[in-house]
Amino acid sequence: MSDQITDNAVSVKNIYKNYGEIEALRDLSLDFPNGQLTSLLGPSGCGKTTLLKIIAGLLPATQGEVFVNGSLVTKPGPDRAFVFQDFALMPWASVLRNVAFGLELRGVNKNEREDIAAKYIKDVGLVGFENSFPHELSGGMRQRVGLARALSVDSPVLLMDEPFSAVDEQTRRKFQEDLLNLVKNENKTFIFVTHSIEEAVYVSDQIAILLPRPSRVSEIIKPKGFRNKDVDSIRKDSEYLDTVESIWKSLRTYVE
Amino acid sequence: MLTRSFFLKILSGALIFGAWEYAGRTEVNYALPTFLESMKALFDMTMSGLIFEAYADTLRPLAVGVFISSFIGIGIGVWVGLSEKFDWLVSPIFIIMQAAPLAALIPLLIMAYGIGLTSKVFVVCIMAMPVIVLNTSVAVKNTPSSVKEMARSFLGTEKDVILKIIIPAASPVIFAGLRLGVSAGFIGAILAELKITPTGVGDIISYSRMTADYPSMYAAIFSIILLAVLFLNLLEKIENFFFKGNNQGYIS
Repeated sequence: MSDQITDNAVSVKNIYKNYGEIEALRDLSLDFPNGQLTSLLGPSGCGKTTLLKIIAGLLPATQGEVFVNGSLVTKPGPDRAFVFQDFALMPWASVLRNVAFGLELRGVNKNEREDIAAKYIKDVGLVGFENSFPHELSGGMRQRVGLARALSVDSPVLLMDEPFSAVDEQTRRKFQEDLLNLVKNENKTFIFVTHSIEEAVYVSDQIAILLPRPSRVSEIIKPKGFRNKDVDSIRKDSEYLDTVESIWKSLRTYVE
Repeated sequence: MLTRSFFLKILSGALIFGAWEYAGRTEVNYALPTFLESMKALFDMTMSGLIFEAYADTLRPLAVGVFISSFIGIGIGVWVGLSEKFDWLVSPIFIIMQAAPLAALIPLLIMAYGIGLTSKVFVVCIMAMPVIVLNTSVAVKNTPSSVKEMARSFLGTEKDVILKIIIPAASPVIFAGLRLGVSAGFIGAILAELKITPTGVGDIISYSRMTADYPSMYAAIFSIILLAVLFLNLLEKIENFFFKGNNQGYIS
C-alpha cells in the first residue's frame, strides 16, 4: 500500500465535481506514476482542466480525495506548479520579475530569486529578454516565460493546462520536442492536459482518455515502442500513427 | 528631448496659439484679446508678483482637495471593488456627487461650512472624487481572473493578490481616472473662487472681467490651464515610473 503511494506521485480517488446542477466529474480515479508524463486527453468540455485545477488545489472537489506524494491536497502547495493555457503573465512586470514571481511569493530575497530566475530564463532560451515586457514578446516566448516560472519553484509535480494550444503550429511542434527533452532531463512528474491526439501520443508516457461530461477515465494507453526514438523519427513511427488512429476512432463516437 | 510626443505637444500648442492670435486680430469680438496681448498681461502679473500671491490663495484648496480626492478616492475605490456590501453602502453618495449640479450644491455647502477653506476643498472633492472612485472600483472588479488564479497557485495570500496583482492590474484605469479627476479638481478650485468668495486666481478673473481688462482675464485663465497641463504630464511621468509595463505604445 505504501509502495503504491510512493510510486505514484499523484493519486486521484473517486473524485466528484458538480457546478450547481451540472455534473462535471463523476467517480473519477486515476494514478500518475512518479517521474513520468501523463496526458489527460479528451474532447472540449470533458472536465480535464477541472480535474487539473482540483489536483492543483485551485478548485475544491465536491467529493473524493487527491494525494500528492502521500499528502492530502486541500489548497495550492509548494509541491505543485501550474502552467496556464493563456500564459497568465503580469503585463506590468518584466520577464525577470514574472519568472521570479513564484519565488517572490515564497519570500525568497531579491538577489537570490533573480539569480534563480536568470538560470531558468537561459534554460528556456530567452537570454537577453530579462528586461522586456510581455507585450513585447511573441506568444511562444510568453509561454516560455510561464514555463520558466513554473520550473523555477522546483516543484516535484508540474501541471500543464493545454500549454501549447495558444501558439502557432511550428512553435507548438518545437515545444513538443523540447518537452520530451525536459521530461528526460528533469526528475519531475508531469500532468499534461490536451485535446490534440497527436500531441498526447507524441509526448506522453501514459495517456488517460476522458469521456465527455460527466467525466471519468475510459481507458489508459501506454505507448511503448517509440518512446526511446529521437524526436524527429517519432512522428513517422508506425506504432505512433496506429495509436493516434485508434484513439481517434474511439473518441469519434463522442463528437458525432 | 525631442521625442515624438514632445514635438506633437509643441506643435499643437503652436497651432492653437496661432489661431488665437489670428482671431484676436479680426473684428469677431471686441472682448477677445490677441494671444500676444494676453501673454504681455501675464508677463506683467508675473513681474509684479501678483500671480504668485494669487496662486498662494488658490493652491491651498486645490492641493488639499486633489490630495484627498486622489488618496482617499483610490482607497475607497479599491474597497468598493472588493466588497459588495461597501459598494452598496457608499456608491450612491458618489453617484449623487457626480450627477447633482454644482451650482445647486454650493449654497448648501456655504450654509453648512461657511465661506472659507473647507467649502472650497469640498467643491474640489465633489468635482474630482466620483470619477476617481468609479474608475478605480470598475478596474478592481474587472481584474483578469487568470492572473489572480496564477498568484494563488504560486502560494500568494489574499494580501499578496490585492497588493501585487489587483492594484497593479488596475493601475492604467486608476491613472486614467486620476487624470480626469484632477482636471475636474482644477475646475472646481476656480469655480469655488468664482462662486463662494473671490480669492486668488478666481478673483483675478472676476475683477479683470468687471474692469474690462480682458488681456489679464485671459492671462489668468491661460495660467490655470497651463498648470493643469503640467500637472497631468507629471501624473504621466509618475505612472511611467511605478508601472513601466503599462506603456504599451500605440496600436499602429
